Amino acid sequence: MNKALLEMRGITKVYPNGVVANKDVHFSLREGEIHAIAGENGAGKSTLMKIMFGMEEPSEGDIFIKDEKVKLQSAQDAIDRGIGMVHQHFMLVPSFTVAENMVLGMEPRKGVGINYAEAVRMTEETAKKYNLAVDPKAKVEDLTVGMKQKVEILKALLRGAKILVLDEPTAVLTPQETEELFRELKQLREQGHTIVFISHKLKEVKAICDRITIMRSGRSEGVFQTKDVTEQEISRLMVGRDVVLKYDKEILSIGEPVLTVQGLGVNDAHGKALLSDINFAVRGGQIVGIAGVEGNGQTQLIEALTGSLRGVSSQGSVLMKGKDIRESDILDIRRLGVSYIPEDRMHQGIASDASIADNLLSTQYRTKAMNKGPFLNGSRIAKLAVSLVEEFKVRCSGPSQPIGMLSGGNMQKVVVARECSTEPQLLIAEQPTRGVDIGAAQFIHQKLLELRSDDCAILLVSADLNEILEISDSLLVMYEGKIVAFFEEPSKVSEEELGLYMLGIHRQDEEQIRRAVNHV
Amino acid sequence: MNSLFDVIFTTDFAFSVLRVTTPILFAALGALISNRAGIINIGMEGIMLVAALAGVIVSSYTHSAWVGLLGAVMSGTLIAGILAFFTLKFKTHIILGGVAINMFASGGTVFILYLLSGDKGSSTSLASKVLPSVEIPLLKDIPVLGPILSGHHILTYVSIIAVFVVYYLLNRTPLGLRIRSVGENPHAAQSVGVSVVIIQYMALLLSGFFAGLGGAYMSMGYLSLFTRDMIAGRGWIAIAAESMGRSTTVGTALTSLLFGTADALSNALQVLKIPAELIATLPYVATVIGLVIYAVSETRKKNKKLKSPLVK
Amino acid sequence: MFKVKYFEYIRTSAVIVIALAIAFLIISLVSNQPVKTIGIFLFEPLSSKGHIGNVIEMAIPLMFTGLAVSLLFRANMFNLGAEGIFYFSGVVTSVLAIHLTLDGWLHPIVAIAAGSIVGALLSAIPGILKAKWNANELVTSLMFNNILFGVGLYLLNYHLRDAKAFANVSYKFEKTALLSKMVPGTRIHTGLLIVIVLIIAAHLFLYKTKWGYELRMTGINRNFARYSGMKTAKVIILVHLIAGFIAGMGGSVEVLGMYNRFQWTSLPGYGLDGALVAMLAKNNPISVIGAALFLAYIRIGADMMARLSDVPSEMISIIQAIIILLISAEQFLKFWKNRMLLKEAKEA
Repeated sequence: MNKALLEMRGITKVYPNGVVANKDVHFSLREGEIHAIAGENGAGKSTLMKIMFGMEEPSEGDIFIKDEKVKLQSAQDAIDRGIGMVHQHFMLVPSFTVAENMVLGMEPRKGVGINYAEAVRMTEETAKKYNLAVDPKAKVEDLTVGMKQKVEILKALLRGAKILVLDEPTAVLTPQETEELFRELKQLREQGHTIVFISHKLKEVKAICDRITIMRSGRSEGVFQTKDVTEQEISRLMVGRDVVLKYDKEILSIGEPVLTVQGLGVNDAHGKALLSDINFAVRGGQIVGIAGVEGNGQTQLIEALTGSLRGVSSQGSVLMKGKDIRESDILDIRRLGVSYIPEDRMHQGIASDASIADNLLSTQYRTKAMNKGPFLNGSRIAKLAVSLVEEFKVRCSGPSQPIGMLSGGNMQKVVVARECSTEPQLLIAEQPTRGVDIGAAQFIHQKLLELRSDDCAILLVSADLNEILEISDSLLVMYEGKIVAFFEEPSKVSEEELGLYMLGIHRQDEEQIRRAVNHV
Repeated sequence: MNSLFDVIFTTDFAFSVLRVTTPILFAALGALISNRAGIINIGMEGIMLVAALAGVIVSSYTHSAWVGLLGAVMSGTLIAGILAFFTLKFKTHIILGGVAINMFASGGTVFILYLLSGDKGSSTSLASKVLPSVEIPLLKDIPVLGPILSGHHILTYVSIIAVFVVYYLLNRTPLGLRIRSVGENPHAAQSVGVSVVIIQYMALLLSGFFAGLGGAYMSMGYLSLFTRDMIAGRGWIAIAAESMGRSTTVGTALTSLLFGTADALSNALQVLKIPAELIATLPYVATVIGLVIYAVSETRKKNKKLKSPLVK
Repeated sequence: MFKVKYFEYIRTSAVIVIALAIAFLIISLVSNQPVKTIGIFLFEPLSSKGHIGNVIEMAIPLMFTGLAVSLLFRANMFNLGAEGIFYFSGVVTSVLAIHLTLDGWLHPIVAIAAGSIVGALLSAIPGILKAKWNANELVTSLMFNNILFGVGLYLLNYHLRDAKAFANVSYKFEKTALLSKMVPGTRIHTGLLIVIVLIIAAHLFLYKTKWGYELRMTGINRNFARYSGMKTAKVIILVHLIAGFIAGMGGSVEVLGMYNRFQWTSLPGYGLDGALVAMLAKNNPISVIGAALFLAYIRIGADMMARLSDVPSEMISIIQAIIILLISAEQFLKFWKNRMLLKEAKEA
């Protein structure tokens, strides 16, 4: 029972772009256990699982199954070795029936055709064996999310999976569905299966897992018997800080509110609340941080503030210098003096085939200063580009170099330079230092602080606690679309305490949270 | 008006509908297969043209219509294979690849025709063979149905059978299941060990195979020789039919028949003084309208759907 | 040492070299006097003023459509509708050239303007459908090519056809409508000036104005453009309007510059050739001139070859197909680029 069924030794993964996703990770799985891998987004959980499932090859390190060294070069290799994976985004064909999805790639035949009766029978047999009821003839697109997940699990089992890897399986489930899933997983364990459960939800990890491996910043922080550790301890290990950054922050007299959000709620088209009752204010010369595990409504909040919410309805008010901008479009909001550093550089933040100069211009090309009659003012633009490249120490061969050829840190500096160059009244910075080197990160932090000294209001959304605790003047914590805590002196908050709020274990009372609006 | 009915409600007219539908149907079935694998082959027109010429050349040199047919189908498959090689291996843009195939075909066929026959217009000097027409015993003696359904070119019957074959292939065979899965969710296919590239190769080759049959019909049935640009837009009509038929076998077959009818009507409607040139645009107009209706309804559907879910 | 940034130039050159090598190979296989034939193919277009004129005459429509397609490709719009618009605007211009009575200088201006505007409006339809409902602009534009051809042919056969003429051609254009010739001994017409002006204007528009900037950014990354506050739907409609205008003007100019009757009974193919020109020009307006001249040159070379030797001119479409297949092939020579990148990374 205690012998390792699967072992990963010394796994290091460096991606071609230089990102180190795993550093010397050891992972050992015992037969018949449910083993959690817990960690923040970007801690390296998914990369580790991709390596286990043959989708990525490790740069260093080996994988052993029952003490035999194996090379997993494709998903098929992993499947052949009895490893099955339930991806976070389901790998199902929506227009197919359950049975068709089940047998895809290993279709039972009758002559040249598929033996559908056999496919249905195989599905039913597997479903019965593992006590996971599905309708083999139902179309997948008509199924609920929970049902789809069942089909995914059955797919893996049908292919002979003894080890089942579930990537954030509860993220998409309702509480009832989650409970059902747990029951099923326990049952599978009883039948001799081994389960890897990837999650950052501590309650769930406690509820179902035998052991837990905690990951942070690409490293393993240790393996524990779940019953021996408290939620607090796990949370501390998950969100602890590596290096403590220190900045000399000027003490400023804080100005008038620039952004005031009152009673903001956002519902999706089905009426499900994505955000509810959000209240806070950001004043000139103040950095308000928003902490929280990703996917707890931060994205929707930023979309609401930047005019990019679509297909959803909202209530309450978002006042930018007294004007409600809920119905305004992106351009209107930018014209009010709002700048925005987006989370996803490649998707939104840059046009990678365009030059650095063109990328710096996108927030200013309409202005009088940058135009001369019907034409763009080439010399002004060149001057702007040169001075920003210099000021932000962008390492490049010159402003005409395509931005896509720069390193991540330098690209991000261009984005920050552009958004800071318009003398914004409000800067929304979303994960401003994600995936950049320490040097660039510190540089960007300095720039944010300079902007703060210039009386700009800054809303900082970040999953990097190091950053958010040091830079922010006050701090909000979001959980499940709500604000659950407000801190006036973030640098005095311990990570441990913050972790409890981020993971939904604690929650401040209404009155404390409300101070976010009026606090000066 | 009466005169129009006189033309349409004749067995001759119904017979001619099937006759003109054949090449469209073949190519539309080919387009259907590649589209279902998520890869749009706009080189159908060119592939048909090459196949039409190949059929004529091979049959005239071998003195066998059947070997000619084989040559036509193989050349169609080969051209599709070249397109597949460039798009799947070299990552040439599939649309530009299709444009290249069409360009190659329209000039290349004339080039080869000239080299072999010294004529740039048609293959009259090549003694090419024609595939036979078939009278179907029993059926041919039934009044009305007999004259409509019997006595067609053999490939016309093959095209009708092909509808069932393609339906079976796509909906009932492992290959069909994989083709559809690759077109709809390639990641899903990949995750269970189905090779997306191999499936797309096969789908493109099959589309070339069917376009090849359509081309062979043109030069060894519909006409008994090759003339330059003889496909005259049928490859495009086929793509339109597939698109209008919403990428289902039955829909594609029915729209092909509809467009074939429009083609046949273009002669009949001249009685009504409706010009053939305008009738010829009907398939394309219908397709644009169909496409717009579809796009509008999709946009509406999408707007209703949750745009940015809470959990990524 | 080669730099990565020259990679695209090297690649384009390599494609042309390969295509020409294949041309020589075909000639060698087909011709009885391969060396002489290759000589004709390569040098005959330069052999006389008239032949040089032929190259330039042919390059004019290619520049128009190449420019139109370049702008569309720049905006990342896959629209091949220049073909149908080129044809249909030619018909519209012909109608006015036949039926209008105007002063010499005004007549072509009015006729060409009408053709261009009709082109712009027709082109806007797929653009609007794309911008508003995300209808696939490729399929709609391809369908439009066939629709416009059908309608144009109908107009020719039923309303413009000269019954007295020997073939399926329109009535003669009014003399006042024709574009004047610029170089004696050739048929080079004032359309050349028009297209050069247009190319320079497009260059300025694309690189020197805020609208051109919006177009380029929308084409490179529509999300980035939207995030920056650009109205990308408007940009898409605008580029369709401009491209349609240019393609339409190309058809109009070609009709009035080269013919005295409308006589296209099939699509002339310049729209799809425009895609090839745009690809060779890497979607740069100024480079369109060189790309169009190159394409015109090898075509005239092939024509001369067909006239003076035993190899038919249709060889050129094989060469064109090879150029398209290779030049849009992302992976072609990619291994070499990767090697260069690695080398540079190591040296850095």
